[in-house]
Amino acid sequence: MTTPSRYWREIPQRYRLEANKCKKCGYISFPPRLICPQCQNRKFEETKLAEKGKIFTFTVIRVPPHQFVDQAPYAVGIVELDDGVKLTGQIVDCDFEDLKIGKRVKIEFRKVFDEGEAGILCYGYKFVPE
Amino acid sequence: MRDVAVIGVGMTKWGELWEKSLRTIFVETALLALDDAGVDKIDSMYVGSMSSGLFVGQEHIASLLADYLGQVPVPSARIETACASGGLALRLGFMEVASGMSDVVLVSGIEKMTDVNGYEATYALGTAADQEYEGYHGITFPGLYALIARAHMEKYGTRREQLALVAVKNHSNGSKNPLAQFQFEITVDSVLNSVKVADPLRILDCSPITDGAAAAVLCPVEMARKMNKPIVKIIGSGHATDAISLSSRNDITWLEATYQAGKQAYAMADKKPEDIDILEVHDCFTIAEICVLEALGIVEKGKGGEAVEDEITYLDGKIPVNTSGGLKAKGHPVGATGVAQVMEIVKQLRGEADKRQIKDCRIGMAQNMGGSGGSAVVHIFERE
Repeated sequence: MTTPSRYWREIPQRYRLEANKCKKCGYISFPPRLICPQCQNRKFEETKLAEKGKIFTFTVIRVPPHQFVDQAPYAVGIVELDDGVKLTGQIVDCDFEDLKIGKRVKIEFRKVFDEGEAGILCYGYKFVPE
Repeated sequence: MRDVAVIGVGMTKWGELWEKSLRTIFVETALLALDDAGVDKIDSMYVGSMSSGLFVGQEHIASLLADYLGQVPVPSARIETACASGGLALRLGFMEVASGMSDVVLVSGIEKMTDVNGYEATYALGTAADQEYEGYHGITFPGLYALIARAHMEKYGTRREQLALVAVKNHSNGSKNPLAQFQFEITVDSVLNSVKVADPLRILDCSPITDGAAAAVLCPVEMARKMNKPIVKIIGSGHATDAISLSSRNDITWLEATYQAGKQAYAMADKKPEDIDILEVHDCFTIAEICVLEALGIVEKGKGGEAVEDEITYLDGKIPVNTSGGLKAKGHPVGATGVAQVMEIVKQLRGEADKRQIKDCRIGMAQNMGGSGGSAVVHIFERE
């Protein structure tokens, strides 16, 4: 089992959607980076991701990794947020048949999985249809 | 730079090799390549392996395998770029011979995947994706390619049946390859009715879990001539990267790293897509073959599905793709795949591919990629 430090240091992104924005070209980096992948500038300002967006693409996972066995089948999508950032996460509280590209969703804070007996409860963002 | 030839290739039958260990599979395979080349000593070796640590709990396999091959103290390095590890091992061996640093170099790839159960194998393969921002949310490798497939279908009108045809074609080719894991044909109906894995992909859209290795021996062309060997030259080589996280890419239906690696290889070889006679590509999932044909310029953007439907990629088509059976039917021991592609190209160019032999082929290309396309390696070969 991994130590809690790995989980703890990702909290600013998973709980609060903290990102950074390139001061030169405006590229929003999530997670924050030290150098802009588009213009190689190194100056950023802190920002926070938009909490709404639309489904860019999606799938329904029926053969899961072991931490997700009790959740399958579940939908995972890439969502294009209203600030242009694309984010991967589960799409929940929906019928799979109603999912389609372009559908509006909002971000909610949910439990993602748990590590099992005496392990960490792992939280983060999920998408819910608006 | 010196011209480089492939003078020997080796591969044993792939499958679920429960009775064989990683080191045994490797040595049996490497000896076939050394015998084919007619050499018993090498100057240096490279081993492509994605995750011997997670699959068999063994790191440091470069030296382990050099030892069991009876070659210590030659330099040996393990290469890892996920499923492109084997292709990159070839490229590094090519660079070493071309530079003049070494004369005879063994390039190889191996993965022993059935020593862990299915969930653990799914996890190990999943580590080729962004663990913090993709894996954390429960995505799997079939899931990532399903995201690509859905986007490709939406953007270009690619149909579910076209995806199935890729698997049907590759199984048909694999049925003619005695080393393939699956040597039987399948139908479009059987693909469309197989178990769902990650919608819209089903189990028969996916390459399998496989134990296996592949190896090739490289040397300068001048030396190969003196040895009186059939000469297959490496005339182009390219390698490129992309964000490993799908969500970081602007267009997830476009494999930019494959495009870039292909561009480098075409330029070095001074060839164009229409010059290629046979092609081995990384069909880890059916949608991947479609996207790769587009990125290598074999067909226009969005036309990959039509290519297989029009049968231009079949054995008797204009450009046969994955004559070996591809990853789908031949199997996909991840680190070995890039080198097994070389095995097929060399066999075809030498005219030794038996029932699946393509007539009059002279120029072959191999495309190998890692993860959901975050690494790509492309090589072009020419029979002298």
